[in-house]
Amino acid sequence: MLGSIVNLAYLIGATSFVWGLRQLSTPDTARKGNLLAAFGMGIAIFATMILPMTGVANNYPWIIGGMLVGGIIGFFAAKKVQMTAMPQMVSIFNGLGGACAVVLAMTELVHYYDRTATLSSGQLFIVLTTLLIGAIAFTGSMLAFAKLQGLVWDSQVTLPKHHIVNYILLAATIGLTAYVYMGGVGLGMTMAIGLMVLSLVYGFSFVAPIGGADMPVVISLLNSFTGLSAAAAGLIYDNNIMVVGGILVGAAGVILTVLMCEAMNRSLFNVLIGGFGGGAAAAIGADGDQVAKTVTINDAAIQLYYSQSVMIVPGYGLAVAQAQKVVKELDDLLSSNGVDVKYAIHPVAGRMPGHMNVLLAEADVPYPKLLDLEDANNAIPNTDMVVIIGANDVVNPAALDEPSSPIYGMPVLNVWEAKHVIVMKRSMSPGYAGIQNQLFFHDKNKMLFGDAKDSLQKLVSEIKTL
Amino acid sequence: MDTILQFFDTNLIMIYLLVFTIILGFEVISKVPTVLHTPLMSGANAISGVVIIGAILLIRAANPNDFLTLGLGTLGVILGMVNVVGGYAVTDRMLEMFKKKKK
Repeated sequence: MLGSIVNLAYLIGATSFVWGLRQLSTPDTARKGNLLAAFGMGIAIFATMILPMTGVANNYPWIIGGMLVGGIIGFFAAKKVQMTAMPQMVSIFNGLGGACAVVLAMTELVHYYDRTATLSSGQLFIVLTTLLIGAIAFTGSMLAFAKLQGLVWDSQVTLPKHHIVNYILLAATIGLTAYVYMGGVGLGMTMAIGLMVLSLVYGFSFVAPIGGADMPVVISLLNSFTGLSAAAAGLIYDNNIMVVGGILVGAAGVILTVLMCEAMNRSLFNVLIGGFGGGAAAAIGADGDQVAKTVTINDAAIQLYYSQSVMIVPGYGLAVAQAQKVVKELDDLLSSNGVDVKYAIHPVAGRMPGHMNVLLAEADVPYPKLLDLEDANNAIPNTDMVVIIGANDVVNPAALDEPSSPIYGMPVLNVWEAKHVIVMKRSMSPGYAGIQNQLFFHDKNKMLFGDAKDSLQKLVSEIKTL
Repeated sequence: MDTILQFFDTNLIMIYLLVFTIILGFEVISKVPTVLHTPLMSGANAISGVVIIGAILLIRAANPNDFLTLGLGTLGVILGMVNVVGGYAVTDRMLEMFKKKKK
């Protein structure tokens, strides 16, 4: 009887996951969807607590204690985090999920090697898979966090010929996994610990060469790894809801990874190797003779205020300067004068998929004003003014007409098709890809140098005087 | 080869579940618009905390004197719970911002 109730609860939980994710497909129902998925998780956890098991000690105090500690930590971390720091937060949570899978796999292995439990060869394979994927997700996510937080720079963790080091490490990890698998129960725990250490090292090393601007891809990929490790752990315990939940997360991660790679026109392989080199690429288009035109705050304010339509292109520079709220203020001022203000969001703007949308939502920008790449490019030819704030590579015409450029083929916002363009930027320095941007020297373009937030504030106060 | 075939036969229902969930996952998630990709990711991330169930089962089945298993299992529960609670709470915070803009 109780067993059937538990099975029913698992079914409801798994359905809630699927339906919750389904509701995430429109902003109106998204919040309900998330709550539904959380409800499903609550049911699943509760069902696991009362699941009939014969001859077990239950040890509830340990479980409840752990849940309280973890729940409180998670709750306060989630309440305190800044929206700009969301990629870091997701990376940490993700890493902890991976670490949990590692702990489970290692505990199974302890019991296997001290012969208090048996594993069939199929089960051993699954345990080792859980260990491997979970460990890579754990250390990979932790390094991704450290990079995003600015605690670690790429050059500090990258060896010369790092991709070759990674190939060797990957081969060694897979080789050792096969050895442990073949070795059977006689092999002992030492080798299993060795495998765990090697997998952890590989996870770290695998993320090490991947640059900051490629983080949306890495976070998506690691997310999918954690999901897969949860699904694999579900196979160990023969638990359907773990399999369903894990696979859903795995699928989400894979889809986002593919979308992010497409948005940069790069293969996953190219991203993982560490993509853009500095040296050779930096020379391209760095033509010292060209001079970019500049615009004064006053002129820019007048032009914006008397336009019919303005398109704002925010980049990560906007988030770094914490200038979202000032942008919204500018938007309100312009809108009150009848200017049609829209935002063009490139898929890789920000440090994780969709990050820029969240940052603007936080500043109260209504989401129907946020256009994706395709809609924005359709709207740009009818736009009077494009204002680019802290974005660079995503508005570089070299992606269309410079086959030798490292970003050639990447879908970009065709901002030069608008009537006028203003680029707000600290200096003429190249973007992440290390290439000069011909847009800066374009006839239609004027530069407004300075810190994004500072310039925006000056623009706002200037417009108020008009 | 025989062991693989045998594994396939005994776990047939599980393999069906696996395959269909993969297809369902791709179908459902590819409909999520760009605007919601960050909440999607953090929400999915919270779901991956389902691994906590494994840790609960582990502790329940453990011998009360086996402090290694209890300790590791509790560590697993803590890690999983941070993932679950933190993931859902942070997603809810983000989606709340999207919601209130609706006029």
